[in-house]
Amino acid sequence: MEKLILEIVTPYGPVFNGQVEEVTARGSEGEFGVLPGHAPLVTTLAIGILSAREGQNTSYFFINSGYAEVGPERVLVLADSAEKAESIDLERAISAKKRAEELLRHKENVDYAKTESALERAVTRINLAERHRG
Amino acid sequence: MATLRDIRRRIKAVKNTSQITKAMKMVAASKLRRTQGRMLDMRPYADKMYEVITTLGRFGDVELHPLLAKRPRGKVEVLVITSDRGLCGAFNTNILRAANNHVKELEAESFKVSISAVGRKADDYYRRRSIPLRAHWAGLSGKIRYQHAQEIAASLSEGYIDGTFDEVLLIYNEFKSVIAQKVVVKRLLPFASPESGQPHSDTLEMPGFTFEPEASAVYASLIPKAVEIEIYRALLESQTSEEAARMSAMENASKSAEEMIQRLTLVANKVRQATITRELMDIVGGVEALK
Repeated sequence: MEKLILEIVTPYGPVFNGQVEEVTARGSEGEFGVLPGHAPLVTTLAIGILSAREGQNTSYFFINSGYAEVGPERVLVLADSAEKAESIDLERAISAKKRAEELLRHKENVDYAKTESALERAVTRINLAERHRG
Repeated sequence: MATLRDIRRRIKAVKNTSQITKAMKMVAASKLRRTQGRMLDMRPYADKMYEVITTLGRFGDVELHPLLAKRPRGKVEVLVITSDRGLCGAFNTNILRAANNHVKELEAESFKVSISAVGRKADDYYRRRSIPLRAHWAGLSGKIRYQHAQEIAASLSEGYIDGTFDEVLLIYNEFKSVIAQKVVVKRLLPFASPESGQPHSDTLEMPGFTFEPEASAVYASLIPKAVEIEIYRALLESQTSEEAARMSAMENASKSAEEMIQRLTLVANKVRQATITRELMDIVGGVEALK
């Protein structure tokens, strides 16, 4: 069976580099899946979850926006930050969510877009971490 | 001739100095470890980013973003990255000398050169020579954040797009190893033209890329980001080099102090013996006289 090489790099270091069979990620225009032999594609990534399947095992990653370059044999993900589902700091995400919600409630002097995306990041992290644990 | 007390006082002073340089060396070493880690984490990301840009340059349309557009060189902007603090050996001298030479070369070819700088040392240097700086950032040493890179990138990109200059060069210290830092001159803008990329021989028949959202939107977000990353990387490289340079400078200073203490101790011993001998002779002379 043909394989894909998936590389996830962030400014804080590489997060993943290995062979997989299928990758699903959240592009800015919606979810997309990649199988070996995919047509070349460059896309921006939204805050979301990336899953990589290898045989029966699927690993999940939290992706904090970025870019993906897809080729027939390789998926290169350049993320602003990324974490493996297992290494998400759930407590930190929960407190980040509370902070963002608090800020959005008192609407004055708030950078709305920034807070909004902070909230989205926190919620996505929490969802992924809980799904992974539960 | 110096008295014993003077010499002892000097030994004490040198000892104090060497204690300070030793402490500074330790501090530099721990800072070095930290920034080096950040820089090494950063490198693969920057490399991959560059790879994507070069591939896009080969298959995409260069006209898609103003920062990729090549113009005839006329006005050149030079960004010099130095440190805020001294006591790091020839670190700043090297970079400023290299910058100076480069600027002279460019001017000899009748380009109009403007300079912007990072770090207090560059500011001092150019102020002393009354060379005006187009822009200047300071206070970054030890606390480089991505935002700093964004700020600098914004200023440079803006100047490039509105035609204040037609090319941007970065001059900074690249970290090779703890004992070797190399001054590099790198072209930042126009960003990575396709000719400069190494051709990927195996992907020549690759069809054009699909973009999602459309190409112009991807370029509009990717290119400025790549410029920021390039600057961020240069800042981290420079910071790491600075701490490495400081560490070896302090190491050398501690060594010299050690040598000096040894030499002074020798002198002190000689003076002490001479004094004892003289006193003994006085006593012996006195005894002789009483006989």
